[in-house]
Amino acid sequence: MGSNLIDALFVFMLAAFIGFEVIRHVSPLLHTPLMSLTNALDAIAVVGAIVLVGEKKSTFATVLGVIAIVAATSNVVGGFFITDRMLRMFKTSRPTNK
Amino acid sequence: MTEFAGSQYLIEIIYLIASALFILSLKWMSSPATARHGILAGEIGMVLAIGGTLLHHGIVDWKWIIIALVLGSGIGIPLGMVQMTAVPQRTALSHAFGALCVTLVGTAEFYLGTQNNSKFGMSVLSMEVILGGLTFTGSLMAAGKLQEILPQRPITYKGQNLVNLLLFLVAMGSAVYLVLHPEAKIFFPIIVGVSLIFGILLVIPIGGADMPTVISLLNSYAGLSAAAMGFVLQNKLLIIAGALDGSSGLILSIIMSKAMNRSFTNVLFGAFGQVQASAAAGQEAKPVRSATPEEAAAILLAANKVVIVPGYGMAVAQAQHKVRELYDALTKKGVDVRFAIHPVAGRMPGHMNVLLAEADIPYDRLIEMDEINGDFPQTDVALIIGANDVTNPAARTDQSSPIFGMPILDVDKAHTVMVIKRGMSPGFAGIDNPLYYLDRTLMLFGDAKQFVGGIVRELSGGH
Repeated sequence: MGSNLIDALFVFMLAAFIGFEVIRHVSPLLHTPLMSLTNALDAIAVVGAIVLVGEKKSTFATVLGVIAIVAATSNVVGGFFITDRMLRMFKTSRPTNK
Repeated sequence: MTEFAGSQYLIEIIYLIASALFILSLKWMSSPATARHGILAGEIGMVLAIGGTLLHHGIVDWKWIIIALVLGSGIGIPLGMVQMTAVPQRTALSHAFGALCVTLVGTAEFYLGTQNNSKFGMSVLSMEVILGGLTFTGSLMAAGKLQEILPQRPITYKGQNLVNLLLFLVAMGSAVYLVLHPEAKIFFPIIVGVSLIFGILLVIPIGGADMPTVISLLNSYAGLSAAAMGFVLQNKLLIIAGALDGSSGLILSIIMSKAMNRSFTNVLFGAFGQVQASAAAGQEAKPVRSATPEEAAAILLAANKVVIVPGYGMAVAQAQHKVRELYDALTKKGVDVRFAIHPVAGRMPGHMNVLLAEADIPYDRLIEMDEINGDFPQTDVALIIGANDVTNPAARTDQSSPIFGMPILDVDKAHTVMVIKRGMSPGFAGIDNPLYYLDRTLMLFGDAKQFVGGIVRELSGGH
């Protein structure tokens, strides 16, 4: 268990640094779609809820898990959908486009 | 090392691929040209991850998973179709949903007792529900304020910071006690309850103009709570996605705070609006010059370079499409029109860019503050539509001003300044704006949409 914990901390540390480096380069133009995209990605928490519901360990856990799946899935679907809609709107004035 | 069952290996490999796709997805967001690949990468990663999870050997019941997935998608579609002006509240709402998911799973894990034998497990579980709980209610409050169900003005009372601090200490103290004495189960609902209350109290004193920072901060908390959930479930994909989201939110909050010359603690514990309201109260009415749409159109036509400064007022008046017509009309007459975007214009990071892009204004005409500020002295007309504090020269000159030191758009250096505004009432933060009393400033009183429409009519009818 001890080594698992340390592994997890390493993963967290590395991912946080990658996140900083990658997101620092995102143009301020796209900050709104960035936020809705990270929101959708963050809804990966749904996998925890899926296992919780599927394992059917107690009615209480299943009920909470079902609500959790609904909440997270709405973020996945809504988040990707609206990010795509936003990005579709960004056009340049360069002649090739129109 | 723990031995994996056969399917478990496959799941871990799928999660590994999904993690790489998530990172690529964010990397491709760095430019509008590649950003849509980013979405595709994110979507593939998500489908893989959910599909892989369904292979989990412990899953014995599918019915409720399917029902919940279908239901969630059903709610997600309308949430993805909201108007662009409603994007800030939609974003706040989705932070709340994400945090709700994390908090519920954490609560279920606690009562299933999976973490009770491990001090570390219990610590991260507590972190998960504290961050999740406060993000859930805090984001709901933010969404309520943005949707104007709740008053946008800061709600303050005496001893507010002390109450918040106490609540936070109670939550943390209960968590520590629970880690040391896992059998004291009563402390768990206390932690959850106190975190939920803390989230509400944390956001009610925050005014609308501070929303960009708060939304970013809540974004960061939502990510960290998901990462904590990853620690609890020993799920590296979740840790990675949570860490990415957490750092993204943190970077955005730092950018937003800098753009307002404020620290996090100041945003969270400052209750900004109060001070300024009293500061503005002493002002007496000073003379201003005003102009009609006809006069404004004539001045714009005579100009070579025009910079338009949009603000939240443009979003409220839904004037972005009229602004596009103005952009077209002026461009057709050979006027160079660009847009100056302050980082905190609007109610969330990048809000103005999305609205103007929605109105089909090319994104290479949207210029960031640092880039365009040097150009104002060569600008013939700066046209301000629904922006106030981000153009207030007192931020540069008046040490007693509450916004002193905040980086602003130097519109007062343009040859002529025109301000479309409903009336002379001070802006959202309640600060008087000396810009309006300058000799070179013309006030265009009226609704942004109607006034811009009036100018467009003049421009297209006149020649």
